[in-house]
Parts: sequence; structure tokens; C-alpha cells
Amino acid sequence: MLHLISRHVLRLAVTLLLGGLLAATLIRFAPGFDSDEQQLDSRLSSESIEALRQQRAAQGNVLEFYAGFLGSAVYGDFGQSQTLNRPVRELVAERVPVTLKLMGYGLLVGWSLALLFAATATMARIVAWDLTTTALAGLFLCVPSAVLALGFVFLRAPGFLALGLIVFANVFRYWRNLLDKSYAMPHIVTARAKGLGTMKVLLWHVLPVAAPQLLAVAGVSVSVALGASIPVEALCGIPGIGQLAWQAALGRDLSLLVTITLVVTVITMLSNTFSEVMGHAFRVQRA
Amino acid sequence: MLLVAVAVLSLGASVFAPANYATQFRDDLPNAAPSHQHWLGTDDLGRDRFSRVLYGTRVSLLLAPTAALLSTLLAAFVGALAGYLGGPWEKLAMAGTDLFLSLPWLFLLLMVRAMLPLNISAFASVTVTFLLLGLLGWAASARVVCAGARTIRNSDFVLLARASGVSRARLLMLHVLPNLKPALLAQFWISIPVFILSEANLGVLGLGVTEPLPSWGSLLRELESYANFSNEYWRLVPLILLVITVTSFQLILTRDEAAA
Repeated sequence: MLHLISRHVLRLAVTLLLGGLLAATLIRFAPGFDSDEQQLDSRLSSESIEALRQQRAAQGNVLEFYAGFLGSAVYGDFGQSQTLNRPVRELVAERVPVTLKLMGYGLLVGWSLALLFAATATMARIVAWDLTTTALAGLFLCVPSAVLALGFVFLRAPGFLALGLIVFANVFRYWRNLLDKSYAMPHIVTARAKGLGTMKVLLWHVLPVAAPQLLAVAGVSVSVALGASIPVEALCGIPGIGQLAWQAALGRDLSLLVTITLVVTVITMLSNTFSEVMGHAFRVQRA
Repeated sequence: MLLVAVAVLSLGASVFAPANYATQFRDDLPNAAPSHQHWLGTDDLGRDRFSRVLYGTRVSLLLAPTAALLSTLLAAFVGALAGYLGGPWEKLAMAGTDLFLSLPWLFLLLMVRAMLPLNISAFASVTVTFLLLGLLGWAASARVVCAGARTIRNSDFVLLARASGVSRARLLMLHVLPNLKPALLAQFWISIPVFILSEANLGVLGLGVTEPLPSWGSLLRELESYANFSNEYWRLVPLILLVITVTSFQLILTRDEAAA
């Protein structure tokens, strides 16, 4: 277990370092990096403008630029947002809880719907119900998340429901297949043949067998929910990290966007680590 | 059949469309209701909506497969080489792939899209949007291809070929890659609906194809004001077409999976 966690922590650290380098490189080579709006300020003296130019020129080397970026990031300084004119750290700290709350509700709705529909379709074996649940999940999978979010704005329904439906659509098919496979295992068939109740079969035999894979899919769905939070928050007017990313993209606020992407990467990797650790714990317990 | 109908209509947009996508009918009111002249009415700028839907469908239906082809080729290159060479090369390639996969897709797209100027010409925006999709969407496919190449590398016929003195390059080109064709084809088909939906999401958020060129994403932007026009069901046509197309691709995939 400890080995698994340390491997994930190491992977997280390496990913962040490489992701940071990639981000710093992209910022450095983005069009317009060498120019600064302040250089157009007529109140500045020629010496000040020259100093600004030299400051930019000093950031010309990507590795030096990245070292500076990392050095500041260690102290929690991720720079200043150009569009919102506030420290990036403040903005991100304000918005992360909103997104986490939205995702929490959305994942709860999505996972509950997916588990309910997958379990009932597996246990009931009614063709019409099976087709209905599959078609429903398939339909939501074929609608862009932005349009789904617009639909919820139109219906004046809370945004987390849109996120829940997106998660449901992405998770349902995998969970349905996993439960199907578990349900067909010999010891479960025997339990059913001996007359064990449906709920007992599900809770005591099917779910524990499928738990590690179910958790792995749940871990991946966190990344899906994070991605979907951009259109949901942007269009439903929810002031979270997704809306901030969208505003940053429209304003080409690169320092803000890069920090958001790194934060999102951390959340994604932590959720994957958590789901894998939980899955491992289930496997160990069963062994 | 529906997919073929949509494809034929969109590919022949210049024949079937009553007007160019950018032509403004200034005599008519903007947001006109459907009529004999304008089957789906006109948009805010008085342009024929039916023509724009046809041209927009063409843009999405032609460029999503092109982006899918690009990402599949990249995945084939990275995945096949990593899986075939194995050892540190495979570890390095898969670490890079993991890095790509740990960044949520839409965030990565937004980040890279924001690096590029927003005020570019319509044709440049189409190219940039679909090129980004193709260049950034290879990672998941590369993992699948790498796993396939690894299995082939360890198979008996490859061992026999190596023992017979077949060179590495020849082995890769003549034995490994042809055997990866089914996996590559599956990845290609999987990528198309993903890219169509991603372009639509970018378009609705205002980061996709720019005016006056239509695409499904830019056409769906109209739905932002749908609350004001909720009885005008013809505005939903692009969404219906998109859902039909993506569903058709999903059904093709499901059928292929079942056949396999």
C-alpha cells in the first residue's frame, strides 16, 4: 500500500515538474510574450521602458524562465492575472471550493444514477429497461456538454444536475458491463440458484467483486467532471475554476490558465490515486 | 443511412444550399421564420440558416475525420514504436502519454488555444481548431496501440522473423503495423465523435471556428439565446444533426465491437 502511494506521489511530482516546464515553454513562445503593454505608457521615461525591455529579455531563456516560475511557485506566487489584475493565487483559492462543491454534487448525482440504472438493468434483465437505460446514457453522451449546460440554464435547473448527467453518461456503460461480468461469475450464479435475495446478491457478492474496477472508472470520471465543469460553469454562471479558465482563455491570460491547468492536474491525479488505493484495499481485503 | 444522407447533403452543400453561408439577405428581417425562400429562416445577420447548417455540417464532417486521422497517425507512430522497441523507450513514451492524459482534455485544449491569437481569419481558425484536436488527442489511442504492439512483439511469428534475420525496420513496417490495423481503425472511429463534440464545445464557448464560417460549434452558439425563441424549433436543427451524426458513429463502433 505504502509503495503504491509513494509511486503515485512520485508520479504526481514528475508530472507537475514536466507539466510546469511544458507550460512555461508555451508561455515563453506564445505570440506577444516579448511585448508589454506598459511599454506603450507615455508617462514612462525612456529609461523605464528600456528597463522593462531588459526585464523581458532576461526571461528569454526557457530554463531560466522556468526556474524563476518554479522559485516563485514554491512560495505560492503564481504571478498576476493580466485580465483580472489580481494575484493568481487569490483567484484560484477563491474558485476551487466552488468547483469542488459543484463536482461533489455532480459526481454524487452521476454515480448514483449510473449505479442505480446499471444495477437494475443487470439484476432485472428486462429488455425494455435495458434498452431505455442504454439509450438514455447514449443520448447524453452524444450531446455536447455545453449544450446540456445551456439546456439546464433554459430550464432554470441547478448546474450540478447537468454535470451529473454528463458523469452518468460516461460511467454507465462501463459500470453496466462490470456488473454484468460479476453477475455471471460461478459463485454468484450458485448463490442465486440457492435462492439468495436479489439485494443480498448485489450488496454482498456482486459489488464487492466489481468494486476495484468500479472505483477505477469512478476515478476517471472525476477528470470527465473537471473537463465538463468549464462549459457548465461558464454557461450556468457558476464562479468556479472552469469559468475562470474560460475567462482566462478568452483574455489570453496565460499565467492564470497555466496555474489553473496545474491545479486541475493535481486534482485529477489525486482522485486517480485515491481510487487506485481504495481498489487495492478492496483487493487486499478480499484476498 | 442517416449518416450517409447527412454526409451527402453536407458534401454537396454548394449544390444543395440555396445561398452562400455568408450572404446576407438585407431585404428580409433578421431572424426570419422559415419560408419557401429560407427553409430554416434567417439568423441574426439575415443569413440563410439552411445554407449555414449545410456548410457547417461539411466543415465538421470533413475536418473531424481529418483530425482523427492525424491523431491516429501520431498514436500509431508513438504507440507502435514504443510497444515494439520496449524497455526504456516504452517507459519514456508511456510517461509522456501519462502526462498528456493527466491533463483534462478541455483544459489542455483551452490552454493551447489561448496561446494562439483569437482574432485570426475564419479559415485559419478552422485549421487551428482541428489541428489542435488532432495534435492533442493522440494520447489515449497511443496507449492502446502500444499495448497491441507489445503483444505482437512477444508473439511467435515476430520471434521467428527476428531469428530469420529480418531487420527491425522491415519487421515494424511489414509485420507489426499491418497487424495493428484493426486497433488503429477502431481508434480512428472512436476519435471522430470525440472531436466533433469537442469542436462543438469550443464553438459554444467562443473559442472555436470564427465568423463568418459556420461549423456545428458556431451554429450551436445561437442556442445561447434560445430562451427568447423557445417556440422556434427550427433553431434546434444543427443540434439534431450533430446528435444523429455522433449517435451513428457510436452505433458503428458498437457494431464493430460486437462483431469483434
